[in-house]
Amino acid sequence: MGEPAVRTEGLGRDFRRKLKGADRKGKGDRFEVTRALDDVTLTIDKGELFGVLGPNGAGKTTLIKILCTLLLPSRGRAFVAGHDVTEDVPQVRQKINMVSGGETSGYGIMKVRENLWFFSQLYGVPTEEANYRIDTLGEILGLTPKFDVRVSRISTGERQKMNLIRGFVSDPEVLFLDEPTLGLDVNAAREVRRFVANWVREKRENTGLLTTHYMAEADEMCDRVAIIDRGRIVACAPPHELKKLVQKDVIFTLRVGAPAEGSLDFVKAVAGVASWSASRSIDGKTAELKLILEDEATIADLMSELAARKVEVLSLNKTTPTLEDVFVKLVGRGLGAEDIVGPQAEAKE
Amino acid sequence: MSARTVDREHPFASFARGPAGERLHKGRVGTFLGAWKARAYIRIIGSNRELSWIFFETVLPLLSIIAYLYIYRYLGAPDRFVSFVVLGGAMVAFWLSVLWGIANHIFWEKQSGNLELYFVAPVSPLALMLGMATGSLVSTTTRASASVIAGVLLFGATFNGEGVLPSLAVLGVTLGAIYFLGMMFASLFLMYGREGEHLAHSMQEPVFFAAGFYYPLNTLPLAVQVAGSFIPLTIGLDAMRQLLVPGTVGFLPLGLEAVILVLMFFLFAAGARQSVRFMEHLAKREGRLTLRWQ
Repeated sequence: MGEPAVRTEGLGRDFRRKLKGADRKGKGDRFEVTRALDDVTLTIDKGELFGVLGPNGAGKTTLIKILCTLLLPSRGRAFVAGHDVTEDVPQVRQKINMVSGGETSGYGIMKVRENLWFFSQLYGVPTEEANYRIDTLGEILGLTPKFDVRVSRISTGERQKMNLIRGFVSDPEVLFLDEPTLGLDVNAAREVRRFVANWVREKRENTGLLTTHYMAEADEMCDRVAIIDRGRIVACAPPHELKKLVQKDVIFTLRVGAPAEGSLDFVKAVAGVASWSASRSIDGKTAELKLILEDEATIADLMSELAARKVEVLSLNKTTPTLEDVFVKLVGRGLGAEDIVGPQAEAKE
Repeated sequence: MSARTVDREHPFASFARGPAGERLHKGRVGTFLGAWKARAYIRIIGSNRELSWIFFETVLPLLSIIAYLYIYRYLGAPDRFVSFVVLGGAMVAFWLSVLWGIANHIFWEKQSGNLELYFVAPVSPLALMLGMATGSLVSTTTRASASVIAGVLLFGATFNGEGVLPSLAVLGVTLGAIYFLGMMFASLFLMYGREGEHLAHSMQEPVFFAAGFYYPLNTLPLAVQVAGSFIPLTIGLDAMRQLLVPGTVGFLPLGLEAVILVLMFFLFAAGARQSVRFMEHLAKREGRLTLRWQ
């Protein structure tokens, strides 16, 4: 086996924010430091489609930006296709490309084909070859009819397909996909996933690094998945192996009505609860509890506790393990960070 | 469209490779030139899709020139002041192009997300800035030419025919120097956002004042003249007036101005290259290269 496609050693990145006003004490500038990435050590082999799964703010995009040479690490080292991302910038850039979800790049006044040709020129692809690649990728993704339409006049899904073609038109060795299906409808997202998976399967020398907070996406597509939380990799293995972490556990999804703030905190004290997370619905009238139990009998105790506290149970389902269950078990909360009740409140303190 | 038939079975494997199986690209120089051409294409084709620019870029700017012409006419200034003002008005277009078409445009590229794609690609950002400059020159030259033609046809501006060719050479060096200066400003946007935009704004009026677009430089206090002489536009415009407008009293001897312009050309070219590198490094360190909505 040759040089891995991506290798990081103790990679870390801090962001500093200058404190102002009441936050600033004493003389001189004071800074608040946020550790976005902490001691990340990874090896991604050639031909792998590698997923980085984590909630918003976990450090996924920071990792991609360092690997794409857009950001310097604060600590550690990173290599892409055998080249150091801080020392050998031109060599790294020659071998990579990047596609982000919800990208608004390109020029609205130009036609789709013109935009794609423009970006191919930044990689030095000869025009004749660039046109062939654009035609090929356009046909596979069904974007050819839009080639003569201005970018400002195409839909979000079509725009993301255009971005995807932009990423592949340079024939990269390593492609970084940062939430590539963000904001796409189910069908468009499926097409994008199939396209990326085919790219890796067709030429095993191609390597993809995909960040996502969609579990199904990581589960379906990736050879291996790293789970990242608050800048740290908490697990890294193929999806089926990660799921083994919760295979012996019993997983229930419980929907309850209108829980008061902190009213579900008792769950963590119930014997037999290995891990749990809760998220409130958008209207705030219900909450969904993800329960990872050491044995099935625990659910009876929990139901009794809920009844005693007059918490209305709307539904109860036993489920098969997913990567989210793995995440909940490892991190102690779910991936939907914003609606979490209970343990999330503790984590913020 | 490509003449080759699309291989739907093995689309990615059908991409052409180099002789040693390496990924196909035009080499460092070829990529630089290709990116330069492509960025110029975007600007030229883009502006030609909205032809309203011709009106805004040619007719409206004439109003300031006309205003100055009437002031000089009212004051009973010699006829050569018509040619003097027309040349100054034409050169204003290039300065505005540097500020808004190059420097401030990088801010727009950052906001739209194009900037990070520029930096992920294996091409020097200077190639893209040169592309922007080349593309801008097309519309700006149209505006400048319209000013000169209108000045000749409507107000009887006259120019020394023998000075046309040398003045075009001076124009070329001046434009090179001011566009490289614009690239130095542009590099600020790699690190900064709105703060950089304020700087671009603040460069507009002082240069209008110190460069002597519409009045002889030697009417200004000496300190302002010295400050103005650091702007290539001031020296270039003065040299062109000496060549094209008979009776012009130059700010400096023509030969010296030519030497200064050439030096400025190389100084700003090197400065642009260094400042882009430095600001890229700084922005990558501070995490601001890709930061939008600054």
